[in-house]
Amino acid sequence: MEVNPRLLYCNCTYAKVVPRATAAGVLRKLCDSEASFDAVADLCEMSARNDPMLQEMARGGPIKIAACFPRAVHWLFSAANAPLDRESTEVVNLRSDSVDEAVDKLFRPGLQPNLPLESPPAAAPEKES
Amino acid sequence: MSLTDSRTLRIVLFEGQGSEPLDPATRFETASALLTEGFSVSRTDAGEAVSPTDRQSLLVLGNFAGGQAPPFPAVDGNVSAEDIDELPIDGILALARSRQESQDAFPHGDWKPWFPVIDYDRCTNCMQCLSFCLFGVYGVDDDNRLEVRNNDSCKTNCPACSRVCPEAAIMFPKYRSGPINGDQVNAADLNREKMKIDISSLLGGDVYQLLRDRSEKAKSRFAKERSPDKALNERKKCLTKLAQTGDIPEEVLMSLPSPEEIQLRAREAAQKADDARNAIANNNGN
Ligand code: SF4
Ligand code: SF4
Repeated sequence: MEVNPRLLYCNCTYAKVVPRATAAGVLRKLCDSEASFDAVADLCEMSARNDPMLQEMARGGPIKIAACFPRAVHWLFSAANAPLDRESTEVVNLRSDSVDEAVDKLFRPGLQPNLPLESPPAAAPEKES
Repeated sequence: MSLTDSRTLRIVLFEGQGSEPLDPATRFETASALLTEGFSVSRTDAGEAVSPTDRQSLLVLGNFAGGQAPPFPAVDGNVSAEDIDELPIDGILALARSRQESQDAFPHGDWKPWFPVIDYDRCTNCMQCLSFCLFGVYGVDDDNRLEVRNNDSCKTNCPACSRVCPEAAIMFPKYRSGPINGDQVNAADLNREKMKIDISSLLGGDVYQLLRDRSEKAKSRFAKERSPDKALNERKKCLTKLAQTGDIPEEVLMSLPSPEEIQLRAREAAQKADDARNAIANNNGN
């Protein structure tokens, strides 16, 4: 049986780089639903504190995370010794998605993994002479 | 208590057996108010087990039947439950704050979480960031790999080290634009060598040379009119210009330590980076 991904919402409380209307709109839809979810004030703060809850989330199976850029979220978890599984994590970017787009992604069945793929750095640019 | 060993309080809105579901509006207002205060909030019915992780206490809130919370298995006494039927939001916040205090949990909000996050898929361990940062944010781990060691020593809103990184591997997720905010890196982002060097010298100590050069020029022109006020204004003007180029907050530049202190710290950081590079070279040679 397919397991429903856990839902994790980041409120970006201490910077508000996520538009407030988007953050509030997504939280409201989560609260209107029957779904269980985890909401955190600020994933950045938790990463800086090495919060063990991040490890619990990372180890807890498939997860959809509503926060910001997948690359940032990926390495914030990693910095807290809580590496996310690239195959079973989808990050919904509240900096770029509308409320409707974000909510669609959170509640559609299954999961579309979108953490950045491991890639070597591009060659260093040529210096100006 | 340091940042990385502090306890936290997590709030659980329990809507499982023995508890009436909250209405959606109350659920939203409660979650929203708690998140604004820095608390994590989990909404659960009976389907999911929620238990405290290490360094975490749980405060379970619900509309409990008969106003009485069902017995939750206590883990080291760090799980408590309160009935919130008809309790206004202020009352719920007061409950959370008092529990936070009694558990000696982390006082959220005292520190703005601004610090570098490394994309290790991109990082080549060149140590430029470590040599550059004057505030001891960077260090190396046991394998001599670059690491962010002191998050809370980072200067709020200053993304300067991310400009030094030749691989665009340093992110500040709360920065306004890409790729520093974690957005994808494109070729143009990697082609900013010139600007990087300018900023590198800016915080690496050469800013004082720059100021001295400017002031030498000024001296020859206005030799007789020099005054401390003028020198100060000149410094401000110069730093403001550099701040605009590098997007470095003026208050960071204005609060730089003395030139001697800067040089000392820059030497120490460069030494750390050198040691790490040498250790890696030795390991590779063995
Ligand atoms: S992870 Fe992204 S959305 Fe969450 S607090 Fe950090 S910057 Fe804000
Ligand atoms: S400057 Fe960039 S590539 Fe070099 S060690 Fe620092 S993060 Fe890694």
